[in-house]
Amino acid sequence: MNFIGEDNILEVNRVNMAFGGLMALSHLSFKVKRGMIKAVIGPNGAGKTTLFNIITGSFPPTEGSIIFKGMPVEHLKAHKIAHRGISRTFQTVELFDNMTVLENVMLGCHTRIRTSFLASGLRLPMARKKEAQIREKAMKILKFIGLAEKFKDPADSLPLGEQKILEIGRALAGDPDLICLDEPAAGLNETETYVASSLIRAINAKGITVLLVEHDMKVIMNISDEIVVLNYGQKIAEGSPDQIQNNARVIEAYLGSG
Amino acid sequence: MPKLLSAVYTILVINAIKLSAAFCGELCLINSMEKITVTGQIFQYLITGLTVGSIYAMVAVGFNIIYNVTEIINFAQGEFVMLGGLIMVFFYAVVKLPLIVAFPATVILVTLVGILLDRLAIRPIRHPSVLTLIIATIAASILIKGAAMLIWGKDPYDLPAFSGRDAITVFGAVIQPQYFWVIGFLIIVVIALSIFFDRTIIGKAMSACADNPDAASLVGINVQQMILLSFALSAAIGAVAGITITPISLMEYDRGAMLAVKGFGAAILGGLGSFPGAVVGGLIMGTIESLGAGLISSGYKDAFALIVLLVVLFFKPSGIMGSIEISRIKRF
Amino acid sequence: MLRIGKLPIAVFALFIVAFPWIAHKVPPIENYTDIMIFVGIYCLITLGLSLLMGYAGQISIGHAAFYGIGAYTSAILTANYGLDPWLCMFFGIILSAVVAVLVGAPSLKLRGHYLAMATLAFGIIVYIVFNEETAWTGGPDGMTGIPGLSLLGFAFDSVDRYYYLVWIFVFAAFIFTANLIQSDTGRALRAIHASEPAAGAMGVDISGYKLLVFVYSAVLASLAGSLYAHYLNFINPSTFDLFFSIKLLIMIALGGMYNLWGAIIGAGLITFLSYEWLHYFEEFEVIVYGAILLVVTIFLPKGLAGTPEIVEGWFRK
Repeated sequence: MNFIGEDNILEVNRVNMAFGGLMALSHLSFKVKRGMIKAVIGPNGAGKTTLFNIITGSFPPTEGSIIFKGMPVEHLKAHKIAHRGISRTFQTVELFDNMTVLENVMLGCHTRIRTSFLASGLRLPMARKKEAQIREKAMKILKFIGLAEKFKDPADSLPLGEQKILEIGRALAGDPDLICLDEPAAGLNETETYVASSLIRAINAKGITVLLVEHDMKVIMNISDEIVVLNYGQKIAEGSPDQIQNNARVIEAYLGSG
Repeated sequence: MPKLLSAVYTILVINAIKLSAAFCGELCLINSMEKITVTGQIFQYLITGLTVGSIYAMVAVGFNIIYNVTEIINFAQGEFVMLGGLIMVFFYAVVKLPLIVAFPATVILVTLVGILLDRLAIRPIRHPSVLTLIIATIAASILIKGAAMLIWGKDPYDLPAFSGRDAITVFGAVIQPQYFWVIGFLIIVVIALSIFFDRTIIGKAMSACADNPDAASLVGINVQQMILLSFALSAAIGAVAGITITPISLMEYDRGAMLAVKGFGAAILGGLGSFPGAVVGGLIMGTIESLGAGLISSGYKDAFALIVLLVVLFFKPSGIMGSIEISRIKRF
Repeated sequence: MLRIGKLPIAVFALFIVAFPWIAHKVPPIENYTDIMIFVGIYCLITLGLSLLMGYAGQISIGHAAFYGIGAYTSAILTANYGLDPWLCMFFGIILSAVVAVLVGAPSLKLRGHYLAMATLAFGIIVYIVFNEETAWTGGPDGMTGIPGLSLLGFAFDSVDRYYYLVWIFVFAAFIFTANLIQSDTGRALRAIHASEPAAGAMGVDISGYKLLVFVYSAVLASLAGSLYAHYLNFINPSTFDLFFSIKLLIMIALGGMYNLWGAIIGAGLITFLSYEWLHYFEEFEVIVYGAILLVVTIFLPKGLAGTPEIVEGWFRK
């Protein structure tokens, strides 16, 4: 899909988020260009996960707007935003642990292929056909992320690295235009991190825009096209990895001034 | 044994029915008045409403104490009130204790029931979820109700009013002295609780559990003990409510469920978790019920409070004094 | 836990088909066919409720109200207005669905105990209405003269005939519900149960699905109510009181809410307990129910249908 005059898939405009008296985000604005990998970094408590939660509709911002594909989405509920084409993963893995690997990805197709209540209850031919489609699509994704052989396993039996990969697979199943990855490399060893980074690149190569929160600087500097740096809920820098690495405010924020 | 007990009570029951004919509540009283003005009548409804509302307020406070510490809605809350009334009858009429001794004895016994509820029904649950906790308190509530039926039978029981039944008339409304006792005890409960939560170490520890159980246990507060205490405390308050209302409206084994729903309605109306809210919510609830029963339809007496509960749930679930932010950090 | 095998269904269907025949041969259980009609009627309600509790994670303590709405809609429209019973059944279902949306939509947007309390209050209100609107419902004395059911000239006028009718409905509901669980809809429900944030982020309309299941369970309860009214030809409000709602809860908890068989087992056991085996407890059966509910909640959180899993667990160790 192409929108006239629009090369920013996501615009965050002057977003404020207050929890009680605490400002988790203040006057945050940045843009994400279609097709890029953009990273959001910052020390703990900088407001990164809050930002993700707002973008994906867990709760609305106190003030400000989120424009996705030219339309404001900040007051939509999570499932509506998912239908518009934003998908996500979670910092602490949120797989459906009562389902198999395959079923998790199948559920991910929910935004694109669904059967009606009556059709599924009556097991109409239409419902069976769709179920087969969903299964086929989910298997394809499992092959893409390299978990096809484990399709029958319960999701919570996988090692953490594969659980994180599976979560990305589940997010991909809804054919998102933008995928938000919340610390995809957290808790992973070096090999697993390498697998995750190549997967993110492969996703991006399919034309899906990636917004990423990560602590692992090596991953960030390796794969992202642009970086936004947050500190105490405010944007302190934005630019290419090289620019960020040499930015005095960023160094100060990370090394701490006291 | 139960048969024996009920035989002992028969005489008492006959008295109770006689008394109830004269004192059962607002409507009988009004009928006995010769002429009554509209304002007098409304004033009458307000007074009885505030009295009943005080009971709802106490039930609501009981809900809040447990909810704040554990985030459990205790569906057995109304059974404490029922037990308060009936155990008091036992101590007063069977053991023949004077009122002033029977009162604390009853409160202690009901408190023990509250403690047992926590130890036997809540704590043994290995994977607590809203669903299982609700079911456990429902189970406890029908167990208590069944036990009460076994012990006391199905008849309503009366207690003598604390300071006689010589009603006074104000603006054409008949006010029984017991009304003042009920409202007075609500005030005492509220004052005692606010001192407890604001001034004592244990009270502060309980509030800390309510705010953040993980942090509370990190600083060395025994969360389990605080939960136990919350059940004990709210059982005690329920007992007080039951003891004070029985001389006005009698008490029987199956009153708990309705008291629990209405008390919950009061707690929701005031904002779940808020103590001032519970008091205001209870008084409003009682007043609406009394006015509705008096002016609209007495058959729907019990429905008015429940309709208020539904309306609040639907349109302002945070209540008049609660905050959305608090309800957001609660798990359930 | 999910796959509803074809073999157990076939065995169960065979048992149900053969039951009246067996009952006729064995004098001590001769009246059990009659009781099995009530088991079937309650199964209809518990099937919907187990979906609501086990899959959507919500409690209703007011399903007696939907059961009553079905029964009274059928009773009033047939006895007072002479409408066709099947049509009345349909009207009851529509009315229950509408009421379920009105009660469920606001409370399902909230979390946890709100639906429990809203349905509890709603159930009591409906019960009061049945008692008070004497002109319509006959008040506490109830209504008589509700006609039986017949289809194309075939009257379901004997116990055996009505038994088969009820159990056809139960099987239809069972298979529909089982299909549902094993479909995309069931996956969405399980996702909600496992993690609401993740389900929402994957595009699952959480309150929408919860409402759907709530309405579905209300519709089944209403259907059960109509079948009850046309079987007994008489209804009164006490059938639809708060305790019946709690009894339904006990059925689900005892049978096991995470498995459709649990709904059937629970309905069967509790019905036989209250119609046959608890006679000598008289009104003190309420204590037995309370004890069952508490023991099951603490020791068998997955109900009787969950015991194979527990046994399997022992062997693995």
